[in-house]
Amino acid sequence: MSDHQIGLTINGRRHVASVEGRMTLADMLRDDAGYTGVHLGCEHGVCGACTVIVDGRAVRSCLMLAVQADETEIKTVEGLAEPDGTLHPVQQTMREEHALQCGFCTPGVVMTLAALTSGNAQPSEESLLKALSGHICRCTGYQGIRRAAKRLAAAGSGDAA
Amino acid sequence: MNAEVPGIGAAARYIGKRVLRKEDPRLLTGRGQFVDDISLPGMLHCAFARSPIARGRIVSIDSTAARDVPGVHAVYTAEDLAKVSFTMHTFFMVPTSVKTPTLAEDHVAYVGEPVALVIADSRYIAEDAASLIEVDYEEEDPVVTLADAKSGQPVHPELEHNIAGQMGDEDIDEDLEAAIEGAPHRVTQRVIHPRISQSPMETRGVVATRDGPEELTLYITCQSPHTIARWVSLALGLPQTAIRVIAKDVGGAFGLKNHPWKEESSVIIAAMLFGRPLKWIEDRYENLTTANPAREQDITLRIAFDNDGKLVASHSEYDLNNGAYPQAVDDGMAAQMFLWSAYKLPAYGFLTRAWYTNTTGLAAYRGPWAMETLVRETALDKAARAIGIDPVELRRRNLVKLSDQPTASVLGLPLEDITPAECLEKLVENFDIAAFRKEQAEAREQGRYLGLGVATYIEPTASAGSMGVMTGELAQVRIEPTGKVTATMSTHSQGHGTATTMAQVIADRLGVPYEDVTVFEGDNSRGGFGPGAAGSRQGVIAGGAAIKASEMLADKVKALAAHLLNANPENITIDEGMVHVEGAEEMSRSLSEIAGIAYGEPDRLPQDLGTGLEVQYRYQPPPMTFTSAAHACVVEVDAETGFVKILRWISSEDCGTVINPAVVEGQISGGLAQGIGMVLLEEMPIDDRGNTTAATYKDYLLPAISDIPDFEFLHANTPSKSIGGMRGVGEGGAIIGPPTLVNAIADALSPFGEIDILELPLTPSRILDLIEGRDISGSAARHQAQAGAQLEAPAAAEAAAPAGQAAAPSSGAETRIDGDWKMVMKTPMGDQEMTGHFETDGGTVSGYLASPEGDQNFTGTVDGNVVKFDLKVDKPMKITLKYNLTFEGDSVSGKVKLGMMGSAKLSGERL
Repeated sequence: MSDHQIGLTINGRRHVASVEGRMTLADMLRDDAGYTGVHLGCEHGVCGACTVIVDGRAVRSCLMLAVQADETEIKTVEGLAEPDGTLHPVQQTMREEHALQCGFCTPGVVMTLAALTSGNAQPSEESLLKALSGHICRCTGYQGIRRAAKRLAAAGSGDAA
Repeated sequence: MNAEVPGIGAAARYIGKRVLRKEDPRLLTGRGQFVDDISLPGMLHCAFARSPIARGRIVSIDSTAARDVPGVHAVYTAEDLAKVSFTMHTFFMVPTSVKTPTLAEDHVAYVGEPVALVIADSRYIAEDAASLIEVDYEEEDPVVTLADAKSGQPVHPELEHNIAGQMGDEDIDEDLEAAIEGAPHRVTQRVIHPRISQSPMETRGVVATRDGPEELTLYITCQSPHTIARWVSLALGLPQTAIRVIAKDVGGAFGLKNHPWKEESSVIIAAMLFGRPLKWIEDRYENLTTANPAREQDITLRIAFDNDGKLVASHSEYDLNNGAYPQAVDDGMAAQMFLWSAYKLPAYGFLTRAWYTNTTGLAAYRGPWAMETLVRETALDKAARAIGIDPVELRRRNLVKLSDQPTASVLGLPLEDITPAECLEKLVENFDIAAFRKEQAEAREQGRYLGLGVATYIEPTASAGSMGVMTGELAQVRIEPTGKVTATMSTHSQGHGTATTMAQVIADRLGVPYEDVTVFEGDNSRGGFGPGAAGSRQGVIAGGAAIKASEMLADKVKALAAHLLNANPENITIDEGMVHVEGAEEMSRSLSEIAGIAYGEPDRLPQDLGTGLEVQYRYQPPPMTFTSAAHACVVEVDAETGFVKILRWISSEDCGTVINPAVVEGQISGGLAQGIGMVLLEEMPIDDRGNTTAATYKDYLLPAISDIPDFEFLHANTPSKSIGGMRGVGEGGAIIGPPTLVNAIADALSPFGEIDILELPLTPSRILDLIEGRDISGSAARHQAQAGAQLEAPAAAEAAAPAGQAAAPSSGAETRIDGDWKMVMKTPMGDQEMTGHFETDGGTVSGYLASPEGDQNFTGTVDGNVVKFDLKVDKPMKITLKYNLTFEGDSVSGKVKLGMMGSAKLSGERL
């Protein structure tokens, strides 16, 4: 296996890595860069737990190779809250709505909602729920996730993720 | 703030409130610590080579090529692991009843059975190498289905049949049969439940490290670190080894992660042998195809009613496919015990059997006995339609009401405070059935098919004391010298939010701000033994322990404050972290000031009061606490496509005192979503060679947000008899969800007829079978083929039976009973071996039964070669065992009636 040099920005910090061609972005983020908030639930693009934001778009990091992320800007769930610990509006809304239990699928749900509500985006409730149908949660029965999505559709996150 | 909380009273400050969860900031920011997030210096990664066949002999294993891959450190097979003595145990902490290897030894018994373990620098390399291991098999035809199990060759060479466990009577009682056949209304319901996957979003995984010869540390995704430590210790033969188990965050478990199984055990042994930390994280393909799944059951329930729709008698025959190596044999006894427990039924009989097959062995899954509610509640609706009575009214006439209690179920289960009838009344008060029926009739005119489903149930929760593995819980509560509160609990959360609910309880009873309480759990070196999240128990038992410990600690604070402030302890109150003296506000002190004195100034303490502010309390609750509920749901079935849309769902449940409504509703909602998945989507099909054909989440469909409606909740809180009055709520949604939804679909489809055999999931094609009156799904053809195969089965089964057992007692030689006999009784907890000593004297017999648990004397009667006697036992529960033994030559066989547990077979031979 030949290794490839890649350089990218993760949560605002420059990261340079040497990766095998076959290494997924998810494994690189977890094992090489140390962002273990990226969770692997299925590794075949169905469950959504590994979702990160790549150049502003929500992406399943298990379906993207690390080499494809060369010179991209990536945000993981670790990069959302303020340095002082203040939660991102998506995180805060999910907390208030009891939108998580075990917390394993949570980073993916947070990143999808953060991507779709960032900046001046004012997504409809319907479009958020449609996007969330690509996230499997086995604990909550989606009750709190749906409430959070409804609130975020109404308010937007006001964030520039 | 001071809401009236049932079971707690008017003074509740935090109990009953939707406080924000303590776990969430960590989990929302990616700071959770799941097992795959653990990385230790020198750690290596594991992957398994697995059997591609369901049954066969291993001829040879060649791992040369695998060992030559750069980055591979070792390849282990069963031969290597045998250097460490290791005995697989069941969930009940006894050795498995059939020998269960970690890695396959001389033969494989299911597709995916681990055969070799590769240790490498990375998981990538380990998988590369595993694929290069060449195993030569001598393949045999597998036993896959229940029908195969009944007629096929034994899965386990040491057995002469495939019965893993059996309870009840093989021959239906004549009076019971007559009562059923003679009743004016009879209904039969057959339910076929497919094999399904618990599918926690975090797969199984372990990091094992031997920290020197006498210390073993495990990071493992599990349901209780204490249970893991206990299980591993027993498996290793209780070595002089400190076993530390850490599981801070767990991404769901649902019954799959009660204890290690073949893979985790192999990694643990390998880590002990190899001497470097090893990590194995199951991938989803492995999880779906080889992790211990759940269910796969087939039950036929017959019910008879009188002219008023009252229950007369019932009988069921229940078969469960346990796979090759179940984590604990499930013979369906628990389902039988609870099947009619909430209903007034005069007579019931059953036969329930677990079968071994060449498939992955079963594990538990949320409400493992849930079939009882599914078959009963769907059968009741079927009966209501047949009799022409409203389904709610049919239940009203038969449910055990509060005013009927105390009473006992038909199988002798004591009932003191169950409320399914009351939950049902509360439900129908909040749902206008008459209006719905009108809407339904109008919709049908337009070709739209709406349906209403109602179901009720009770659920045994917070079991403690009747099974050795189900214990009380320990709360250790401390006010630190800082005045802040820490608690070390025996609980464990896989999303249950126990760090939140226990903090609520402690803050409430101690009188401190919720924010000031920190709960530690998830590490067996912290806190006492607790079996964790299994059996809907933590809120009830640990909640009770935390309440009591906090009240004891508050008493200590009051005693100390009274001494320091020269006041009467009865006049001291603690509120929001401040200690007050009634009527003397200027004397108020902060808890930190009091704590500082308690720890640091022993001279100022009263003589009999020890230093520090620490209390621990282990709560042993009543043996069982029942939760009751009634649910309703409304669906629309599209007659063109067969798709089901859930329009409304109402839960009316009685889980006693609610510590946090958001947590309770979260538990119920999660269970309901899993129940909806079971009814509409989830199925783990296995082909005729034993291959699991759902290998990804594209094949195994889990409910998404678009499949699950908004749930409405009606909390009907009758405090239980446990401290605090809580009732368990973890499993219920997954138990009552399926029949509620099935009943709604069946109601919608009623213009087309009855669902003859209820086979889940009710896929669109199965629904169209009924709507279009033809076998679109192919299910009917399959049932017919299987029924045909079953007709031929008895001959084959007889051929497979051991010769001695079938031989008729023809010899006229007199059988001598006197003497010592070695006997084995087949019970739900496994085989029980004993020695029987018999001395006859005319028509009487006396003697004793000796087992590892002790000796028990008996006296009884002899009639020819038949001996009958009774024995009263206290464990695992108080029952009278009625022995009926027939002696033939040097062998003895017979039945033992186990009270409400049905009967067990006994066989043996002269010593």
